Amino acid sequence: MSALLTVQSLQVQYGAVNAVRGIDLEVREGEIIALLGANGAGKSSTLNALVGLAPASAGKITFKGQDVTGSAPERFASLGMTLSPEGRRVFGTLSVQENLLMGAYSMRDKAEIKTAWERVFDLFPILRERREQFAGTLSGGQQQMLAVGRALMSNPRLLLLDEPSLGLAPKIVEQVFELITVLRKQGVTMVVVEQNVSMALEVADRGYVMASGRIAASGTAAELRNSDTLQAAYLGAD
Amino acid sequence: MDLFLQQTVNAFALGGTYALLALGLAMVFSTMGLINFAHGELMTIAGYILMACGLAGVPFAFSILLAIAAAVLAAIVMERIAFRPVRNASGATMLVTSFAVSMILQVLFQNFISARSQAVLVPEILSESVRFGGLVIGVNKIAAIVTTIVMLIFLDRFMKHHRIGIAMRAAAEDFSVARLMGIRANTVIAGAFALSGFLAGVAAVLWVSQRASVDPLMGFTPVLKAFIAAILGGLGSLRGAVAGGFLLGFIEIYLAAYLPSGMQEFRDPIALCLVVLVLIFRPNGLIPSPALKAEKV
Repeated sequence: MSALLTVQSLQVQYGAVNAVRGIDLEVREGEIIALLGANGAGKSSTLNALVGLAPASAGKITFKGQDVTGSAPERFASLGMTLSPEGRRVFGTLSVQENLLMGAYSMRDKAEIKTAWERVFDLFPILRERREQFAGTLSGGQQQMLAVGRALMSNPRLLLLDEPSLGLAPKIVEQVFELITVLRKQGVTMVVVEQNVSMALEVADRGYVMASGRIAASGTAAELRNSDTLQAAYLGAD
Repeated sequence: MDLFLQQTVNAFALGGTYALLALGLAMVFSTMGLINFAHGELMTIAGYILMACGLAGVPFAFSILLAIAAAVLAAIVMERIAFRPVRNASGATMLVTSFAVSMILQVLFQNFISARSQAVLVPEILSESVRFGGLVIGVNKIAAIVTTIVMLIFLDRFMKHHRIGIAMRAAAEDFSVARLMGIRANTVIAGAFALSGFLAGVAAVLWVSQRASVDPLMGFTPVLKAFIAAILGGLGSLRGAVAGGFLLGFIEIYLAAYLPSGMQEFRDPIALCLVVLVLIFRPNGLIPSPALKAEKV
């Protein structure tokens, strides 16, 4: 199958800090990819660089056969790639409904927005109930649902999820992973950054393990589960 | 009692004008972190358009529209030429840029128009007054209050129901995530400038209607006051800007009315002390900006 997203020798630099030091990734249509690694390994920087939120200082990003390296973040929603950022970052002073509406900002067709809206409300009935409420008053789990729902509003071909289970109660974490399997059935391709390695590898097809800004290991989920590199990466060994 | 009511009307009129100006400052600040000191020159530009229209014999209602349109246009041009290149620079860089824009415009007004104050033809009806029982209220005061209310309702609607308004609120809270949604940074920032120009234009019409004159430095004092009002309300918070504008208007008018005549010279310092007193108890202003709250979580 052809690659939906290809990343070649990507580097991300913040001032003097090299967060990502030349990585290659490939995501094929319909796959779930786990991006793993210890804190500071460069996972979030990688995702941010994919959607233009972090500057790619070198390398090439190809999405749907199109070179999107260095594109402005506002272009990606209409291209079909979107990120549900780390820490959820819902608009707390906007209502649930307004948050979702912003997720559909790149769409002009009212009927299309309505369909996306219904799909999100079907996935998360609690959001339908709370649609008038300020997003800031939702619980952490509900905010995570809203963040994912908001990202889904633009009907992405590729959804990037940055730490979707971070800071959530174990029961809610399970729901998040269930959601990922539901989304896959709907045909959404995903890259998931997770610190919950075992659960991530349960839902993922393949994974990449990052350490100090490089890819330390990659392979199918089963291969990674049994490899030592994974543990080594988390202990900080190179 | 009549004096008190009279002064309250005055306070609403002045506070409303401060609120409109502070709102313009807050809109730009909340979207790009810029404190635009050249906001006052937008007022001055609108003032000169009113003057020119008066000389050319344009009907006043039409010159109001032209003056406001000129302020909007000037704000958009200002953003495009002066502020876009420094958009991602530090707050200090942007602040200095805005001072530069402000001074360049002042010098241009002084050299190409006049360093002296110019008379503006204002319809006589504005200087008349209406009697309500024991109250005598100037028509210009009533106009100022009504205009402020209409503007605040319009803005509230726009920010709540228009998709660009909602996008501006989203961007004020989290600019990068807003961009991720496909909200173009240029749209939001140019929109904020256009609205701030609109507010400055309206405020200028109200300001000039009271004074019937315009000079190169006209915008400086009201915008300085509006800046204080914006901080009093909570910098970057739109509701705060309105609250701060009205509170400052009330403080100034009541001090002018009730301070013993020997102390009138100290009116401004006393007003500022009261502002500082409020800020001691509410360091982030009356209604802190949502972005500030988000940072703390």
